[in-house]
Amino acid sequence: MEQARETWIRRTLLALAFTALASLLLIAVFIIQEGAPFLARIGIRDFLFASDWNPQAGRFGIRPMIAASLWVTVGAMLVGGPMGIAGAIFLNEFVPVGVMRTVKPMIELLAGIPSVVYGFLGVMVVAPLIRTHLGGPGLSVLAAALILGIMILPTVISIATDAIASVPPSYREGALALGATRWQSVSMVTLRAARSGIVAGVILGMGRALGETMAVIMVAGNQAVMPTGVLKGLRTLTANIVIEMGYSADLHREALIATGVVLFVFILMINLTFSLVQRRSRI
Amino acid sequence: MKSGKAQSAVLKTLVCSSAAATVAVLVFIVVYILFKGLPHLSPKLFSLHYSSDNVSMLPAMVNTVSIVLLSLLIAAPVGIFSAIFLVEYAGRGNRFVSVIRTTAETLAGIPSIVYGLFGYLLFVVALGWGYSLIAGAATLAIMILPVIMRTTEEALKAVPDIYREGSFGLGAGKLRTVFKIVLPSAVPGILAGVVLSVGRIVGETAALIYTAGTVAQIPSGLTESGRTMSVHMFSLWKEGFNADESYATAVMLLIIVIGLNTLSTYIARKFTKGKTDG
Repeated sequence: MEQARETWIRRTLLALAFTALASLLLIAVFIIQEGAPFLARIGIRDFLFASDWNPQAGRFGIRPMIAASLWVTVGAMLVGGPMGIAGAIFLNEFVPVGVMRTVKPMIELLAGIPSVVYGFLGVMVVAPLIRTHLGGPGLSVLAAALILGIMILPTVISIATDAIASVPPSYREGALALGATRWQSVSMVTLRAARSGIVAGVILGMGRALGETMAVIMVAGNQAVMPTGVLKGLRTLTANIVIEMGYSADLHREALIATGVVLFVFILMINLTFSLVQRRSRI
Repeated sequence: MKSGKAQSAVLKTLVCSSAAATVAVLVFIVVYILFKGLPHLSPKLFSLHYSSDNVSMLPAMVNTVSIVLLSLLIAAPVGIFSAIFLVEYAGRGNRFVSVIRTTAETLAGIPSIVYGLFGYLLFVVALGWGYSLIAGAATLAIMILPVIMRTTEEALKAVPDIYREGSFGLGAGKLRTVFKIVLPSAVPGILAGVVLSVGRIVGETAALIYTAGTVAQIPSGLTESGRTMSVHMFSLWKEGFNADESYATAVMLLIIVIGLNTLSTYIARKFTKGKTDG
């Protein structure tokens, strides 16, 4: 009796543990199944490399959106990467444990603020500043990079902090004993030892930036043309889906789902790179 | 040696100013939103009905609570029981465990707009639920599943093996050990994870626009559309001329997020304190 119940519970738990796997498969199957016929008809090459997006005229080239996503992601990395790494060094090397306990929740708070709030601040504060001081429409690559750079900070900081904290203290002590200044030991020993972990953090941050949708829609301007400068507007893959999904039909709708497929593949590639780099950092 | 010192000075300045900038940005965001939003947080924004004259956020608040509860109702049992299986039942180093863990990590990395597309294709279209709270909640349930799984796993792993051995030693079976001994000690950790996922739901927009939809009223049932607070804020921006009300909504969102973060930190702190004492 007791035995039977144990078996029954075990089987139920096993079945539930499959939910995550089933969900992932379901997501992949649904997105690909709805996007694939379109890709077959238009041709993957035309879809990815044609730079003309005009659904009304039946032209579906997402090269401008791919370029835009890359621009914005790299921009976010340039803003959030150095700041995040510096923040992680600061937290690990200088701050007493007591301060760490107040700063950490603050960084978590930064991660918890909804992306619409970031986007709204981008529209109200960042874009006007760019417009008055640097020119252009304000809603631009630069605005998106700044906002996204701030948004990925918590990701970069938390993973880089873990990587730096896992460097054995003996490394640093060795450097100090050899006469290195504190900063030399940080830059020459600690950072070098924690390199893979820090890179992993930046990669994960880039994944976040690439997948971010609402904040980008609000601040990037959304013109479906090839990006030509940091003060110009552009439209990312994510933005393309949200902006047009509401009124799309037939082929147009399929093109947007296919855009989702492309985004999905990019994200899987970034996540795979992240796991590989992080695995290497653990060895 | 001299150039070493100069280098050190440069690095030090860079690190300290970046850290200062990070804190400054956070303080600015919070203070600016409070400053701009609090004056507009008028009682009429909390009236039962939304209209274009009075863009009340109360319906959005009610919808947010509904979607949070519904999503948790689906995701919390599945996530917690999955984690129990992975930690307590499957053997350590089990191949199945590493497959599920990789799956959960992959799920966690998928952008919310992809969840939104998927939820739209499956729940809204294929299953014919239409734009509805239940379609939105089902989508978000999948989205927070990896969060709940991972935090529960960590909470269970943090329970010392002595507890399990003691329970087995006293003659309790696996079932009783897991549910009467291990699970109760892991409750704070699990709760912290649940609070974290509530934060994710409150902040979510992209996965909801095409699943729960954007209707600004309190729906009469779960099969009807309703916008959450984040979606409300996005819609206000899209419609254009409601900057003041947007700031007010941002204030409410900020208060909720700060509240949730404080709660989760408090729970986690109590948890670690209990562990060191024990």
